[in-house]
Parts: sequence; C-alpha cells; structure tokens
Amino acid sequence: MEDTKVIIKTERLTKRYGNFTAVDDLNLEVKEGEIFGLLGPNGAGKTTTILMLLGLTEPTSGKAWVGGFDSTRNPIEVKRIVSYLPDNVGFYEDMTGRENLRFTARLNGIAEAGIENQIDSLAKKVGLGEAIDKKCGTYSRGMRQRLGIADVLIKDPKVVVLDEPTLGIDPKGIEEILAIIQELARKDGRTVLISSHLLHQMEKICDRVGIFVKGKLLACGPINTLGQQVAGDEGQLLEVRVEPDTPEVKELMEKLPGVKEIKYDRGLYTVRVKQDIRRELVKALLDNNYSLLHLRMRSGDLDDIYRRYFAKEEVIG
Amino acid sequence: MTNQGLYVLYRKELADHFRSKRFIIILLIVAVTCLASVYSAGLGIRDAVEDEQNSFVFLKLFTASGGTLPSFATFISFLGPLVGLALGFDAINGERNRGTLSRLMAQPIHRDAIINAKFLAGCTVLAIMLLTLSLAVAGFGIILIGIPPTLEELARIILYLLLTLVYMALWLAISQLFSLLFRQTATSALAGIALWLFFVVFMDLIAGLIANALFPVGENSLPAEVLRNYKVKQNIGRLSPTLLYDEAAVTILNPGVRTLGLVLTSQLEGAIAGALPLGQSLLLVWPHVTGIIAATMLCFAIAYVYFMRQEIRA
Repeated sequence: MEDTKVIIKTERLTKRYGNFTAVDDLNLEVKEGEIFGLLGPNGAGKTTTILMLLGLTEPTSGKAWVGGFDSTRNPIEVKRIVSYLPDNVGFYEDMTGRENLRFTARLNGIAEAGIENQIDSLAKKVGLGEAIDKKCGTYSRGMRQRLGIADVLIKDPKVVVLDEPTLGIDPKGIEEILAIIQELARKDGRTVLISSHLLHQMEKICDRVGIFVKGKLLACGPINTLGQQVAGDEGQLLEVRVEPDTPEVKELMEKLPGVKEIKYDRGLYTVRVKQDIRRELVKALLDNNYSLLHLRMRSGDLDDIYRRYFAKEEVIG
Repeated sequence: MTNQGLYVLYRKELADHFRSKRFIIILLIVAVTCLASVYSAGLGIRDAVEDEQNSFVFLKLFTASGGTLPSFATFISFLGPLVGLALGFDAINGERNRGTLSRLMAQPIHRDAIINAKFLAGCTVLAIMLLTLSLAVAGFGIILIGIPPTLEELARIILYLLLTLVYMALWLAISQLFSLLFRQTATSALAGIALWLFFVVFMDLIAGLIANALFPVGENSLPAEVLRNYKVKQNIGRLSPTLLYDEAAVTILNPGVRTLGLVLTSQLEGAIAGALPLGQSLLLVWPHVTGIIAATMLCFAIAYVYFMRQEIRA
C-alpha cells in the first residue's frame, strides 16, 4: 500500500457555521484505486466534507487536495476529474434519462459523436436498459439512483464521490448498486469515496473506512482493525451462556484476571474484560464441570462500533 | 471550455422555456390582449384618419385606446412585469428543490455560468416574445388602417421595444433574486406579485399621502404650493420603476408629449405647437431610461453576488 499514490488529501480541514463546527480539524488520505467509506451518523459532517473536497463550499480553515489540485483555489480542475452523486439526487423531470445524461455530457465538453454510444453502454451497465428513454418524472427511487451513477460515470472520472448511495432502496437494489460500485474500483480502477451511515453495507465493499462523528475522525483504517482503535481503555465485551446456570458461575468468572464488570440478564452474562481471556474462561468453566453454550467476543466487531458511536448519536439527535 | 458551460446551460434554459406550458400560457394571454387592443384602436383610428391632419397615425395604434379596451402600451406596461416574473420566479429555488442544483454545480463549470445562463435565456425569451408580438401588431395594424409607418415612427417603435425589453428584464432579475431569497417557489412568485402590485397600485397612493403631508394643499392654496406638492408627489412616484417606464414609454411613443409634469401658462408663452423630434423626446426621458437600466443591473448584480456566496446546503 505504501507505493500507491494518495489522490485525496485534507489537512486540518475545518468548517464552521456560526458557532457550530461541522467539520473539525480533519486529516484524511485516500489512495488511488481504493474504496473509502466515510461512515458516521446523520449530521456528522460527511456531506460538508465532500462539498469542501469538490470546492463547492469554502473551508473555514485548512486545505483539501484532489488529484494534486487545491479544491478551493482550482475547483474546476478538481471537478473535471471528480464526479459527485449527491444524496437525494434530482433530475429534470420533464426530460428523459437520456436527455439528462446528454446534458451532463455536454457540460463536461464531451464530443457529440461519442455521447449516444456512451449513454447506451452506461444504461446497460447500471441496469436501466430501455427505461433510459422514459421521462425522469416516472422513475422510481432505485432507477433514479441508477441514473445518478450513470450520470456520474459519463465524464469518465478518476474519483467517484457517492453520498448515501443506497438510501431508500430495496434490498435487491442495494445489492446490485453495491456490486456496481465495487466494479468501479476493481475493474475500472477508479477511486471511490462513499459516505454512508449504513455500516453493514459499507463493510461489504470498503477497503478502508473512517468513522466520523460530530465533525471529527475517530478512527480510520480497514474495518477489522477499527475495533481495537475505538475500543480504547473501555476494554472488550464477552457474551457467555453456560449450563447449569447457577450463581456460582459469576463468582467463578470474577476471579479470572482482567475481568472488570459482569452483567447478567436471562441466562446471558456480559463480561467486560481488559484483554482477551477467552482461553482462561473456557478452561475455568470446564474445570468446574460447566458446559459452555455460547461464547462471543462482542467488542471490536461492527455491532459494537455501531452501538457505541452511531446508535447513541442518533438517539440524541 | 468555460464558455461552453455557459452555452450548454443557455441552450437548455431556452429549450426549457419554450417547451414549458407556462410560456405558452403567458404568450397566449399577452398575444390575445394586445391584438384585441390594437384591433379596437385600429377601428377607432380608421374613422378619424380622414379629418386628422396630424401625422404619426401609425404610432396611435400603440397608444390609442379604442373605447372599450386600454391601449397596447398600457397592456404591455401592465403585463410586462408579470411576464418577467413568470419566467424567473423558480429559477434557482426550483433547481434546489428538485435536487438538480448540487448536481449541476458539481460539473466543471463556473458557478456564475448558472445564473448568467438563466438571465440571458430569460432575456432572449422576452426579446423573441416582444419582437414577434410587435411585428404581428404592426402587420395587423397596416392591414387595418392601410398606412405604413414612417421612418421616424419605426425608430420610435424600436426604441420603445428596447425600453420595454429592459423593463421586463428588470422584473426577470427581481424574480430571480426572489428565487434565491426564498426556498419555496410559491413564496417567491407571491413576493414578486406583491412587489408588482405595490408599484402599480400603491406607490401612487403613498406618494400622494407623503406629498400632502409635507405640503398640504387646499382650495385656497397658492399656485406655487400646488406646484410644489405636485413635484414632490411626482418625484417620490419616480422611485417606482413602473412610473419611470410609463413616462418614458409614453414620451417615446407620443411625439406630442412635450413635458412630464405640470406646466404654467407663462412657460408656454411663445412656444410653437407641434410634435417633438425624436432626439428631443429622447432627451426628455433620458434620466428615466438610465434609471431603469441601472435598476435592472443593480437587481441582477445583487442576485449574482448572493448566488455566488450562498451555501449549497441549507
């Protein structure tokens, strides 16, 4: 990974709206050809970050570069190599999908001769088919999103930025759209930056993710390493279910090294531990003639990350 | 490349206008009212042409009211602002509500290309509309009264059309500004209509009230007092682009207008009755014309700056 080029870079990027800090001192690097997921609850500053990368919003301080171009100073050059699919993308309703794509192509200065062929092949690629010649007013949400991806690809961008691309689409459509996105990076070699609050979907396709909460990047890296990064000194959680379920089990577990806290709920023990003590736990239980029914380390997996950062935030609002 | 963005946007905006039902409805309203007014004016003129030694018969088509219907110029002065408002009230907030604005801005075009293209396309539509309409009216008029326009009449009509175009562009710029200030298209449309009503109906009323408060006049007032009251009222009224346009239009279309405002008999002493030449008419309304052009440019400039600084997100 060391020798691949960094294509998106931000340095102490900050955006304030009055007293509200939308993006706080963000340092981010995305390498060429990877799928990077910007994950965070709604209102975490993901879209603001994207808008600054594209030069559509001026940062309060800090800098952003895409493909070597300064986003604030040279937005046109940036927008020439970056395509952006906004969340809740809209099209001109009284124009057909084809006319909408043609308009985008012309805005990008693509030669007239090649436009129609390109639209046909893109329509096939995103699975729109014949519907490309229907008016956009008749499109479903899923079709709009497909047209959006075609719209993004028509200028043959180096970097594709997708803002909540799977929001409000049925499960089958989500699978297909995720497959298309994966193809963009793996087959076409484009860099993809996705923002989403749907962690489980991003897990499937992202090479690296950044967890973004309240304008701050809390953790950044491949998903399997994130658990340790965010777990911090809170430790890890073990789920344990044993038979027979007697009160002595708790006493037994409390004696083990590194156990900080034990909770019990309808047969399920939740044990907070400093380090991974599964081996010791199993041995102790078996030595005392208990049979182990269920053992699972909860910390470090996505559910824990989600529970800790996203779910909490969304309840607060 | 950069101009290409403007050109592509301009073409799309034009196509949008021409394909929209809104445009067809506006065109029908304006065309029907104007042709009807010219027809009724033409009927009246036909009877009067023989005994009227006065020249500029052709111009009367535009200014004369044929009894039941107001004149062409009155209708245009009334409907022109509405046309301008109708073409621009959803220029920016419409795009924003449909979610197309951020997609548009993410293309490699200059940000100002969007608002420039919209204004230029709107002006083009207005110009085409105005030209078509007045050619139709002129042709219709020639058939009706059987007299072709003289060169001076033609020049006056062209100047009148240019003035009207600028005036309508002013309302287009105003409605575009409202489309930036208000999120909802219905709100910006209503705000535009409210402003229009204010200038057309209430401005005159308010000017009168202020003038009467400052310089009250009664039955026994001196002529000087009456004159002062009138001048104040007129000058306050001239803050309204509607009055400026009306005064300018009537002076350009009617060579018989020698002055705007009250004239004392003593001032007319020694004056030779007759029409003003075109240059003198123009001189009379030059401040009006500059005022309208300045207002148009100012409105567009405010909209432009506002658009360039506006955050894309709410």
